[in-house]
Amino acid sequence: MFFNRCYWLWFNNRATYNGIVKVGVIVFPGSNCDRDMFHVLQDVFKLDVKYYWHEDKLPKNLDAVVLPGGFSYGDRLRAGVIAAHSPVISDVKKMAEKGMPVLGVCNGFQILVESELLPGVLLKNTSLNFMCQWTELIVKNNKTPFTSKFKLGQKIPIPIANGEGRYYIDKENLEKLKKNNQIVFQYGSNINDSVFDIAGICNKEGNVVGMMPHPERAVEPEINPKDCAPSNMIFQSLIATVGARK
Amino acid sequence: MSLQKEELEYLTKKIGRQPNDTERHIVAAEWSEHCSYKSSKIHLKMLPNKGARVIHEKGYDSGVLDVGDGYVVTVHIESHNHPSAVEPYGGAATGVGGVIRDILSAGTRPIALLDGLRFGDITKDSHARWLFKNAVTGIADYGNCLGIPTVGGEVEFDKCYSNYALVDVASVGFGKKERLIKNQAKAGDVVVLMGGSTGRDGIGGAQFASDSLETEDRSAVQIPDPFIEKLIIEATLEARNEGLIKAIKDLGGGGLSCAISETADAMGVGIELDVNQVHTREPNMKPAEIMTSESQERMLVITDKKRLPKLQKICKKFRVSCSVIGKVTGDKIMKVKDSKSVLASMPAEIVANAPLLNRPSKEPSYLKQLQNKKEPTSPKDLSKTILSLLFSPNIASKIWVYGQYDHEVGIRTVVKPGSDAAVLRLDNGKYLSVKIDGNPKHCYLDPKNGAMGCFEEACRNVVCTGAEPIGMVDHLQFGNPENPEIFWTFLESLKGITEFCKHFEIPCVGGKVSLYNETPHGPIKPTPLIGVLGLIEKTPLKPQKVMPGDALILVGTTKDELGGSEYYEHIHDFIGGKAPKINLTESKKNMDAVLSIIQSGQVRAAHDCAKGGLAIAISELCMTSQIGCAVSMDKVPQQKLDSAKILFSESHSRYLLVVEKSKLDSVLSSLRKKNITHSQIGSFQGNEIIFSNKKNQVAKLRVDKAHEKWFNSLRELVLHA
Repeated sequence: MFFNRCYWLWFNNRATYNGIVKVGVIVFPGSNCDRDMFHVLQDVFKLDVKYYWHEDKLPKNLDAVVLPGGFSYGDRLRAGVIAAHSPVISDVKKMAEKGMPVLGVCNGFQILVESELLPGVLLKNTSLNFMCQWTELIVKNNKTPFTSKFKLGQKIPIPIANGEGRYYIDKENLEKLKKNNQIVFQYGSNINDSVFDIAGICNKEGNVVGMMPHPERAVEPEINPKDCAPSNMIFQSLIATVGARK
Repeated sequence: MSLQKEELEYLTKKIGRQPNDTERHIVAAEWSEHCSYKSSKIHLKMLPNKGARVIHEKGYDSGVLDVGDGYVVTVHIESHNHPSAVEPYGGAATGVGGVIRDILSAGTRPIALLDGLRFGDITKDSHARWLFKNAVTGIADYGNCLGIPTVGGEVEFDKCYSNYALVDVASVGFGKKERLIKNQAKAGDVVVLMGGSTGRDGIGGAQFASDSLETEDRSAVQIPDPFIEKLIIEATLEARNEGLIKAIKDLGGGGLSCAISETADAMGVGIELDVNQVHTREPNMKPAEIMTSESQERMLVITDKKRLPKLQKICKKFRVSCSVIGKVTGDKIMKVKDSKSVLASMPAEIVANAPLLNRPSKEPSYLKQLQNKKEPTSPKDLSKTILSLLFSPNIASKIWVYGQYDHEVGIRTVVKPGSDAAVLRLDNGKYLSVKIDGNPKHCYLDPKNGAMGCFEEACRNVVCTGAEPIGMVDHLQFGNPENPEIFWTFLESLKGITEFCKHFEIPCVGGKVSLYNETPHGPIKPTPLIGVLGLIEKTPLKPQKVMPGDALILVGTTKDELGGSEYYEHIHDFIGGKAPKINLTESKKNMDAVLSIIQSGQVRAAHDCAKGGLAIAISELCMTSQIGCAVSMDKVPQQKLDSAKILFSESHSRYLLVVEKSKLDSVLSSLRKKNITHSQIGSFQGNEIIFSNKKNQVAKLRVDKAHEKWFNSLRELVLHA
């Protein structure tokens, strides 16, 4: 899909790492950004991508796992809470413990939080409405596998699309987040009353990252009305990190 | 909500005996106006539906267009007006669900949604506000959950919809031509019901939608469950990929009665089904209830015995219930059983084809009277008039609405909501431009030209993205067709659409008729809605920032056509005058010329001139780019009009082109060569929009201030009124 349009991106990214990064995209009933993420990883970045259904076992040789956005289980009870109890999550937990990079986007972030791979919760937006708009992120931690190529403070134009995207954590644990350098992305402006304008965080070790905005919607110039280079660096960081390890 | 006396006599004669109770319920559902199109069907035949790109297969509920390289685009439009007027959240949500399943039935994946929403005057009417708010949330919650982007639409408020709602949903699908489902079955094949359980919701929904809304029958409104719909989409597409589907039909209005009889009739077979095999939501449902329930998220699938286990395995994977409810027979009879006894047995052809009506029509007496009403005089302060139009709910930015819809999911949305038409990228490197348009104010004063105008407006919008219109769908919404004056407006609109289709060679690939749209205060204004699909072979014209020094060119003539304009209705509270007319020759000439100039890449931005007239179209261009413009109104090609009329006339066939200086000569000369009425009427500069007529300043507004109010006024009105 979209091969020609992505050629220049492919060429640039390929130069970073010549091996093939194996990525698993986890699909839950109700996931709806799985195909978008798959397209970006496979067609834009030329990675070796496979879907894994929520009941599947994950192979040991994966280099990274992505939990895409959507409405797993129709957001019933609370966004992400049912998916957090899927069989596949126990495999994700085991692999995360071993240091494998894990990225959760939007509903994927909600699932990571509900499965306690990441701290805090995501609450309903204060407007009580779904919000779909472009915004700006600021990189606050460039030590994770998904941000290693950024400069601190670098800005990323990117869209959000969520109904439960307001990050909340109590004061004491917010201090811990700050102390452990777990805040990865902040919103450039207060768009949804998230605590400390948090848009994305990581675990203590830094290998599990969750973010509400959608990088897969921002990497192709055709659909990005602003600048797609910064969003590309999220995936380029992953390729570089995996490459360095091999 | 039952069969008419003559219909019962007709049925008795056709089947040669008195129908029993279950049979009457089945036929009443299928012969409702909503399912049978009995008032409109003989007239709808006038619409041209053939074209080089059109693919016809039996039993399709959506239109199919070939977009080359082995790919097809599908499109369908529906409304959910009665349910939304009673229960806006559920009504609007299930409206989205229904049209998506029509796209799925062709074997294509839904890739976009567009919504046309119409309510009463929300500035004064709190009930209209409640309907509006909840319908938007209903659409957002449903479409967002499915991961189908809502990329466009329109919102309009008019007193004629007080205590009522028009909720129209169009959906676009995309897929490979070779994977289209052919709808073929033979005796011995298995009939499967996939999806949600059948409950008592939506019983008699089709008949409910075919009556005037006198009782608020909430049980006739269906309950939405987007999560099940999402699972059905994925399960159906996986089954399609594996070639397990011989025929498929969505369960919509009329429920099983309609799906079974229409499927059997379309394929020329019989279907025998056992109501006891249908998975139900509650116990002790009567056979007639099971047959007419309109519970959502259900698909009827026909497969063969060999492939059934594979289909069941896919359903199990997605945890979608799936019951084998019957089999295909060779006798062309629709037979309903209850384990042992036969409850209904009638030829499918008779059930699926209601006796058609040729209703009388008569030109409404109000028309001449309104057209000749004395028109209002111009206000003194035109700056104030322009501002008050910009902030009016019909013209103000609809960001409060589309900001709640996920319009990016699927990563196809190249031109996003808020522009003229939405543009989606396709897998073959081409682009699809889509737009829906309606204009009840024009249609009320002149149903024929009004409908043609909606058609042209939708075309103008896709043309402004560089697309060539390749197909259209129509949704014809009127009041009670038994009133000859209302029926006349229906026929006139249909004639207008037909003429336009023929002149432009744009095939009508689908549509819907919704009648009996009556409010407690009378019928709605005629509201035909037109959806147009445009194809871009190479590069779409994406919104680009207008720069200082760019020139503004107006194509087309501004005429004394202010009847039904926002200016008359919002500013003067005046309904009357002459509504804009379409001159087909001029219309096509202008459209072809503008499209070829856009395609040649010489234009920075293009915008159609519609609601609110020239003043609003120019302001929109300026506000989007945060730049001012000096406009010389004396240069506007027109027919000796005063300043207010030049600013606010809603004449058709007009386009605004923004051209950078270096390309100006070339654009002007190609317009001259093609003999197109046009003029360079202004240039962009500064931070004020200044309209002057023969050097006298007529109106002036600051772009930043105008933008702020235009952008926020609808949200303010909804949240804080």
